[in-house]
Amino acid sequence: MTYEEILTKYEPVVGLETHVELGTRTKMFCGCKTDFGAEPNTQTCPVCLALPGALPVMNRAAIAATIQIGLALNCDIAEWCRMARKNYFYPDMPKNFQTSQYDEPLCVEGYVDVVVDGKEYRIGIERVHIEEDTGKTLHVGGATGRIHGATESLVDYNRAGIPLVEIVTKPVPGLGSLAPEIAKAYVAELRDIVRALGVSDVRMEQGSMRCDVNTSLNLPGEEWGTRTETKNVNSLRSVERAVRSEIIRQAAILDDGGKIFQETRHFQETTGDTRSGRSKETATDYRYFPEPDLVPIAPAPEWVAELKAALPEKPSVKRARLREDWGISEVDMQSVANAGAVELIEETIAAGSSAAGARKWWMGELARRANELDVDLAAVGATPAQVAALQKLVDAGKLNDKLARQVLEGVVAGEGDPAEVMASRGLEVVNDTGALTKAVDEAIAANPEIAAKIRDGKVAAAGALVGAVMKTTRGQADAKAVRDLLLERLGVS
Amino acid sequence: MTDLTRLSAASLAAKIASKEVSAVEVTTAHLDRIAAVDPRVHAFLHVDREGALDAARKVDAGEITGPLAGVPIAVKDVVTTKGVPTTAASKILEGWKPPYDATIVERLKKAGMPILGKTNMDEFAMGSSTEYSAYGATNNPWDLGRIPGGSGGGSAAALAAYEAPLAIGTDTGGSIRQPGAVTGTVGAKPTYGGTSRYGLIAFSSSLDTPGPCGRTVEDTALLHSVMAGYDPRDSTSINQPVPDVIKAAQLGKNGDLSGVKLGVVKEFAGDGSEPGVLSAFKDSLEALVKLGAEIVEVSCPNFQYALPAYYLIAPSEASSNLARFDGVRYGLREGDNGSHSLEEVMSLTREGGFGPEVKRRIIIGTYALSSGYYDAYYGQAQKVRTLITRDFQSAFEQVDVLVSPTTPFVAFPFGSRTSDPYQMYLADLFTIPTNLYGGPAISVPCGLSEGLPVGFQIMAPTMADDRMYRVAAALESAVGSFTPPEL
Ligand SMILES: [Zn+2]
Repeated sequence: MTYEEILTKYEPVVGLETHVELGTRTKMFCGCKTDFGAEPNTQTCPVCLALPGALPVMNRAAIAATIQIGLALNCDIAEWCRMARKNYFYPDMPKNFQTSQYDEPLCVEGYVDVVVDGKEYRIGIERVHIEEDTGKTLHVGGATGRIHGATESLVDYNRAGIPLVEIVTKPVPGLGSLAPEIAKAYVAELRDIVRALGVSDVRMEQGSMRCDVNTSLNLPGEEWGTRTETKNVNSLRSVERAVRSEIIRQAAILDDGGKIFQETRHFQETTGDTRSGRSKETATDYRYFPEPDLVPIAPAPEWVAELKAALPEKPSVKRARLREDWGISEVDMQSVANAGAVELIEETIAAGSSAAGARKWWMGELARRANELDVDLAAVGATPAQVAALQKLVDAGKLNDKLARQVLEGVVAGEGDPAEVMASRGLEVVNDTGALTKAVDEAIAANPEIAAKIRDGKVAAAGALVGAVMKTTRGQADAKAVRDLLLERLGVS
Repeated sequence: MTDLTRLSAASLAAKIASKEVSAVEVTTAHLDRIAAVDPRVHAFLHVDREGALDAARKVDAGEITGPLAGVPIAVKDVVTTKGVPTTAASKILEGWKPPYDATIVERLKKAGMPILGKTNMDEFAMGSSTEYSAYGATNNPWDLGRIPGGSGGGSAAALAAYEAPLAIGTDTGGSIRQPGAVTGTVGAKPTYGGTSRYGLIAFSSSLDTPGPCGRTVEDTALLHSVMAGYDPRDSTSINQPVPDVIKAAQLGKNGDLSGVKLGVVKEFAGDGSEPGVLSAFKDSLEALVKLGAEIVEVSCPNFQYALPAYYLIAPSEASSNLARFDGVRYGLREGDNGSHSLEEVMSLTREGGFGPEVKRRIIIGTYALSSGYYDAYYGQAQKVRTLITRDFQSAFEQVDVLVSPTTPFVAFPFGSRTSDPYQMYLADLFTIPTNLYGGPAISVPCGLSEGLPVGFQIMAPTMADDRMYRVAAALESAVGSFTPPEL
């Protein structure tokens, strides 16, 4: 069955659980720093190492950020709620319980609207809650870097206790064959919303935003099917691929008369499909109970109102504004948004590029490249500053379109900024008139018949000579300048 | 020369302040006493001779002054002390040296109190006799063949054996008061949140309360004032001024209780107690009436459910609190010989590191929190907790404090209650309701039963710790103190 055939037979139901690591200066329950990439175990203390006797104290900034996320997702904010302990043993979780929220989340009942193919879809938000991150385990020795065969397991607790916000959608039925695109568009929208709040850098490639995707299939008119939870979905593109591949996988099983098991699956970046995780996990009883070491969270209504008043412009409103500024259509703007390119283009313009230039590079050459590399646009290897610099070189006539593409290729390949790539690859436009005049004169001399036609007023014939000049200058000349010079030398201009 | 170990903390502090004796002399006297008698008493798990003397020297050098400067103290081994072994009397923490001081220890140090060492207890504060210490029981100085109470039997015994003039205890269901009662010493459980839990190795977070232990009510009040007060590192700490317990103790010492209404808890004044305990309790009530107090009988019908509720809430929290002891980061690690997986190492460590009572409570708590059982057990226990709190609140509308015997029976012989956990749990029958409510309570010696001490418990409303000190000091002045036989 093709994907389209599957979707004429089955209806998918999709749900997403997204974790956003907050960018607070300090951890959730202690004063440790949260800098990314620090030496292992240098950002730890008795609290986040769970030394005997240590106690947590709530980070007010993390609560504020969670409330703001909730408000931006149109949620109700709880007047009173508690943290809960989620109990399970895992070596990178120092307390062997995660301080999280269970039946009393801080934010409930919200929604996000996304537009795909010109149609708006409302994704319901069930809850937004606050919890803490775990450490990271590294298995050393053995061939695979995995736990099997490893001789040592090392744990870095720098990440343990960093505040995480979990955003859980309601199950979304009725999306049909667009389910993968809509899931991706939702995550892109969520990312833009959170980024606009400035509470997280929401970088999927660095793990500060992570997605779990729930997928099930059912026959029309029947109950929802058994869902699987796909973890390890670490890019916008992977969200789409994970939903699609899970739909295809489940449909094949169902068509064979098989059963879908409720299980955790892991997305494979390399193959684009999902693999079964430990099915044992479904049997885990987390023994949730209210966290006795922390007092309840009871945000004052005035404080919530204050946080609400401080909310930034909504990404959808901002997009409407940018669309005006950039002078593009609604459809074009939506494809910019769904490609995750709004901020990139915005920053490129801020760095000095024209709007058209910025959009052209990000949505053209770089989008193509990201697709080839199978990465998100933001991770393609070029920064907004570099793209702006490139466009400025084009505007100054130092690069033509063809050369600019080659320079960009060098930038993406990590060869440096555009100016550096241009110099090292020797790609500058030839605009030294002496050299150009020589090339033009040579072309005239080599093609006397064409030159005669032009002199007779058949200016259209100039194209052939321009081409000849471009050839001898290996494309590094500016075509317009060549043409002007040619006509001048032939006394036509 | 006076035996310095026989003096109260208040008089030692006065003598040190007036330079009549030095802090080093006082500390040395107690360290010598420990060396002489602790082999028989076994109140200490670790003695920090050098640390204590260093602290004493600082006081003698005039670096620190204060109401208890230079007065040495023993600290229950469940409280972290920087660089000094802290085991909670468990094999799983054998040799662990915390890199940080508990807030209350910081306060002791700031007050210039030399810390003599760490006292024995039931493992992770789970027990009423110290028989569940992984390092052997403490013997009651009144009769070395009997239990000193628990879990804080080491701290109480150290006081009764004159090894320390003051001690720190922790009270989750009676672990300060019941040992105080059976050793003839004073033990106070402050209002929950009145003393910081930061650095107290958690047993049951919503119940654990560090508190002062002494031989006199005044000494206990002095220590209470040093250790209590708001701590931003403990989220459940109360940000309010500490009640003036010293003034209250002085007021009570004057022996005037006119206008004070004592509520006798009907449910705790009858059959449950040994006859000798009941008669000492009744004699004490009469003594208090003579001082002007009014006795009112109060019914607290839900107190009868306190014990079962406690034995669901405390183990539930403990099952989670003790999960961190897995051999990964500190303490014991078993099975790490290359032939076991990480999960197996964690499991073997816990199997080998925890004693039987700790395992029993972890299993009970794990069960009580399990899905499908939560509502029936943990959820139901929380409802009982609310009802008990209401009993206290309505009682305190009628009376100033509630009174009862501290524990139904005097110190029992070793081994007499270990075979049946319920018999052991009964030791805390009268002390547990207060923990569920969160209010303060104190045990003060009130008489002897067949030569063994009996404790009188006074319970007060939350953040009214001063009330219980006033009554306790009055009772103490009326009945006198009780001295154990020479060791
Ligand atoms: Zn920390």
